[in-house]
Amino acid sequence: MSEQSVEEGNGRSSSWLRRIWNTTSVPVGAVLLAALIGAAILAISGANPLDAYAALIKGSFGDSAAVGRTLEKATPLIFSGLAVAFAFKAGLFNIGAQGQLLVGAIVAAYVGFSIEGLPAIIHAPLALIAGAAAGAIYGAFPGALKTYTGANEVITTIMLNYVAINLTDYLADGPWKDTTPGNVVARTPKIFDSAAIPFVGDIPIGFFIALLMAVITWWLLYKTTIGFEIRTVGLNPHAAKYAGIKVAFTVILTMTLSGLLAGMGGSIETQGIVGRYQPGFNANLGFDGITVALLGKTHPFGVIPAALLIGAMKAGSSQMQFSADVAKEITDVIMAFILFFVAADMIIRWILRTRAAEGEKITLSTGWGK
Amino acid sequence: MIIKDAPIVLETKGMTKRFPGVLANDHVDLKLHKGEILALLGENGAGKSTLMNMIYGLYHPDEGEIWIKGEKVRLNDPGDAIARGVGMVHQHFQLVPVMTVAENVMLGAEITRGLYLDQRTAVTKVHELSMQYGLEVDPTAVIEDLPVGTQQRVEIIKALYRNADILILDEPTAVLTPQEAHELFRIMNDLTEQGVSIIFITHKLKEVLAVADRVGVLRGGKYVGTADPKTATEASLAELMVGRKVILQVDKAKAQPGEPVLKVSDLVVKDDRDQIAVDGLSLEVHAGEILGVAGVQGNGQREFVEALTGLRPVVSGKAVIAGQDITHAPPRTITELGVAHIPEDREKHGLVMPYTLADNMVLNRYYQKPYANGIILNQEKIDQDGAALVEKYDVRTPSVYTPASSLSGGNKQKVIVAREFSREMKLLIANQPTRGIDVGSIEFIHNQIVAQRDEGVAVLLVSAELDEVLGLADRVAVIFDGRIVKTLSIAEATRERVGLLMAGSDA
Amino acid sequence: METTTSIPIWKRIWDRLGILGAIIILVLIGIVVSFIQNQQVTTAVLSSTIRQSTPLVLGALCGLIGERTGIINIGIEGQMLMAAFIGYLANVYIGQLGVFSVGMTLFLAALIGIATGALLGLLLAFMSVTLKMDQIIGGTVINILAIGITGYFYQVGLTTQGKLQPIALGRLADIPLVGPVLFDNPPITYITLILVVVVHYMLFYTRWGLRSRAVGEYPSAADTVGINVYLMRYVNTTIAGGFAGLAGVFLTLEAVGSFERLMTNGRGFVALAVMIFGKWTPFGAWGAALLFGFATAMQTQFQFMGNLTIPHQFIGMLPYLLTIVVLAGFVGRSRPPAAEGIPYEKE
Repeated sequence: MSEQSVEEGNGRSSSWLRRIWNTTSVPVGAVLLAALIGAAILAISGANPLDAYAALIKGSFGDSAAVGRTLEKATPLIFSGLAVAFAFKAGLFNIGAQGQLLVGAIVAAYVGFSIEGLPAIIHAPLALIAGAAAGAIYGAFPGALKTYTGANEVITTIMLNYVAINLTDYLADGPWKDTTPGNVVARTPKIFDSAAIPFVGDIPIGFFIALLMAVITWWLLYKTTIGFEIRTVGLNPHAAKYAGIKVAFTVILTMTLSGLLAGMGGSIETQGIVGRYQPGFNANLGFDGITVALLGKTHPFGVIPAALLIGAMKAGSSQMQFSADVAKEITDVIMAFILFFVAADMIIRWILRTRAAEGEKITLSTGWGK
Repeated sequence: MIIKDAPIVLETKGMTKRFPGVLANDHVDLKLHKGEILALLGENGAGKSTLMNMIYGLYHPDEGEIWIKGEKVRLNDPGDAIARGVGMVHQHFQLVPVMTVAENVMLGAEITRGLYLDQRTAVTKVHELSMQYGLEVDPTAVIEDLPVGTQQRVEIIKALYRNADILILDEPTAVLTPQEAHELFRIMNDLTEQGVSIIFITHKLKEVLAVADRVGVLRGGKYVGTADPKTATEASLAELMVGRKVILQVDKAKAQPGEPVLKVSDLVVKDDRDQIAVDGLSLEVHAGEILGVAGVQGNGQREFVEALTGLRPVVSGKAVIAGQDITHAPPRTITELGVAHIPEDREKHGLVMPYTLADNMVLNRYYQKPYANGIILNQEKIDQDGAALVEKYDVRTPSVYTPASSLSGGNKQKVIVAREFSREMKLLIANQPTRGIDVGSIEFIHNQIVAQRDEGVAVLLVSAELDEVLGLADRVAVIFDGRIVKTLSIAEATRERVGLLMAGSDA
Repeated sequence: METTTSIPIWKRIWDRLGILGAIIILVLIGIVVSFIQNQQVTTAVLSSTIRQSTPLVLGALCGLIGERTGIINIGIEGQMLMAAFIGYLANVYIGQLGVFSVGMTLFLAALIGIATGALLGLLLAFMSVTLKMDQIIGGTVINILAIGITGYFYQVGLTTQGKLQPIALGRLADIPLVGPVLFDNPPITYITLILVVVVHYMLFYTRWGLRSRAVGEYPSAADTVGINVYLMRYVNTTIAGGFAGLAGVFLTLEAVGSFERLMTNGRGFVALAVMIFGKWTPFGAWGAALLFGFATAMQTQFQFMGNLTIPHQFIGMLPYLLTIVVLAGFVGRSRPPAAEGIPYEKE
């Protein structure tokens, strides 16, 4: 292995253009290949792929309302993508972004509908922070379990997703149920306007909060000692321990912050888009975060275009279903293939003949108990 | 011995193997006669292992031919080599720790009755082989419970079970005491009398002279010559091996020991399997001296060093550094006391491979001024100082932004040495500081360690290489079974005496 | 080696089974007592336990065959879901051909489902062995792929000619309690019990088992004696996929009879906890699966009891919370195969 990388050190001379190509070729190639496979599936099931994709693009970028929809869909994905990417940096796989997001969404809704008469300048941030805090606590738990018992976070976070679904279902159908006469479905009351995060024209303000969080995440990871500790733990926990870093604390901290990001995504979804908590409205946002994070090469700034792309697919899928008569779920299939090709980057690197940069490969599998 | 007339059982012609960026073997011609012990000498990275791996079918040569017993062969995998009677005992034992001796021996050549795995016959067969060749071992014992010397015997039985008559032993004495090594040499001689031919890979000159019938030397991937052990000397072999005159002795003045810096009393530490590994160990290291800890690998050295540096919890006992009790202190406290640590496994503990050299240089002080202000990193300063250290410690690298993974073993070790030696230090703990690196880097690191001693640093040197301990230390503490069995002044520490102590007998 | 015969039989049994044996005896006594008190409920709960545990046992067998060879399989959920779906579609469309009998249709559909699982196992092997991808991400890819594909191709309103029916094993089925619970089950349930024994024998008493375990513990040791590590991992992960496939078709062809979106409901992940709890052994996994099956069976039982004071969502959390507890309590104490999760590289 060391022999292979001997030449890599001399790669300094390569131009900027080359480096950009080296980092973006895999995501771009993955998207294109997945789109091709999606087209093949569409063709097999009797639809015209070109029509479908045209409708998809029209529905996501066709006019300012469409762009607004894309940004609306992309916003929570930036959060869940950041949450997953952030945990990856410490070598942790937070599949539980989904659960943390749900918990955040319902707590933000609770703060939003239960407190009346606060000025918006206090109420909206309060709900946002409450949701973020709920997500943080829900994320800290698997972190602590991993640290103190060795229970692998991959399974515990998945299990906590199911627990979160049950828990939020219970709250939305029980103590926090919308008691408006005539309501039979499980959902919370609408939040007060003072807790809502509004739109500017077609653009949700939540989108800018998401961009801000991406910058903060990047700064924390690459410009601070905390980020240095997180990355060291992720790349070599033994060396981290040797260097005097508190590995256990770092693992819990990372999971907490990851949960915070996911929970904040839930808050924004409640306050800026849905206006209440309703089970099923946030389905898959957390899982999509995995695709977003990997497509964005687990870099905070990579997450943004990745989320925009996936958001656009979601925004345009209704239009596609309507005008090209194609089931929306085709976007899930395309996303699954995007994930496959991004993760199996060797396939694309082989096709495009580009080389991996050092330290880019993600390693999580170290067994269950370590 | 009538080696010259014995038929050639193994021959390589023009063996060449390239790895990206490295020519590991460059047209190597080698001959092995029936019933001889051929020592293959070369320093780390000379291409010995590559050559042997090709003969064993693990690698495929880019060019060249292999002839076994007069027949040109193509070896696609170890199975082909085994079928032709080639057996190999790897430097890192290839045994499954949780399985029994018999299971390990038969793995890949199992005895079955229908589907059923016939353990009973395998046990009998292993027992017979161990009787025939004087390799005492219990066939039903589980590997991880056995001492390394016994594990090595299992490896040899594994080869004999497959009817090997050409045996390759890769650095077999690295894990043995001098006495165990002599026992191995006896076994090797027995084997050759029963018709087995042996290639013995080593970089230890004394052993070559003691046991080999013939010596072949590899340097930089090339076969540079054959020597006769009856006429060769250590110095002549070393020169052949390295390609220049080598100073075998480290030049150093007499130590001026001062106050004790490290005091350890009755330390007890457990290993990863929760067994007692350090069992009531006591020692002292003074400022301005090098205390060498000699011992066979696996006698608690790793656990001892990890406990001292805060990486492993202490069960009982006490460790004091510079007057401060650090028995239960975390690594950072210990580092900040002025303890430098060259870890045993540089890739596991010492470096973060994908990080740049600059980041690796500040691995344990990234949080201190001037590298950080509060929580904000000063990357510019980190890179600047890193570049200066690269220069000062002669790290061969294209730049300070190069990831650590692309350096050679010796240069990786120099990065660690640079990082650790550039801090204020009172105590240096060096565990296997020169394992697996080239002679040039070894000399450099040895000189650095002596220089630190002369500055008044207390040095705890732990090494499984007896020559390294005897060459560098001012006092020698011998570790056996988790305890220091005796501490000798360097004048008292003869090879024979230390060797006996390493085996646990108090001479 | 001769074993010393001076140790009495009971002592040796105790040494082998120890506390585990005592627990088994206590459980058996508990079952008998409960049976005397209420025959119907006891029989229903135990039958349900067996049914609920079946996909978990199969999933855990899939997991442990892979992990014993060093491949972590977190895609069991996706393998099960996809196999459930394809097996179901096969049942629908082969049935529409009208060529085969209902039984034959179901048999062919089951085979197709198993093959689907195996194919995804092959994909996992390709990702982990050939592409050297991180195995957890590889498994996640399979899960997301399965959710996407089954979601897209799912259609409502398909009809089948039936599902697998219980086969009473003659007089055995008439034994009170034991009969209905153990000897009056549909075929996949029987097959699962047989597979537990078969996998145990194969893993610990055959050449294949010895080699598989060696590859999972110390691949280079296997490599140096001429065992093809990559091939072993490919073969075993593919076979293991077949087990997950069988778990999937159990859901659509035996238990439910139709397909629903996301119907595996986390069973693939729970199966991993079952595998860990069972210490990577088939019998251990079987015992652990019974425990989980029992928890789920009780959950259904609670819902039938009517006088429900606990919200059903909390009962619904039980298996998942149990999984977390099991992981937290047992991971540290059991020892997984040493080389799992690590791609094998020659030197």
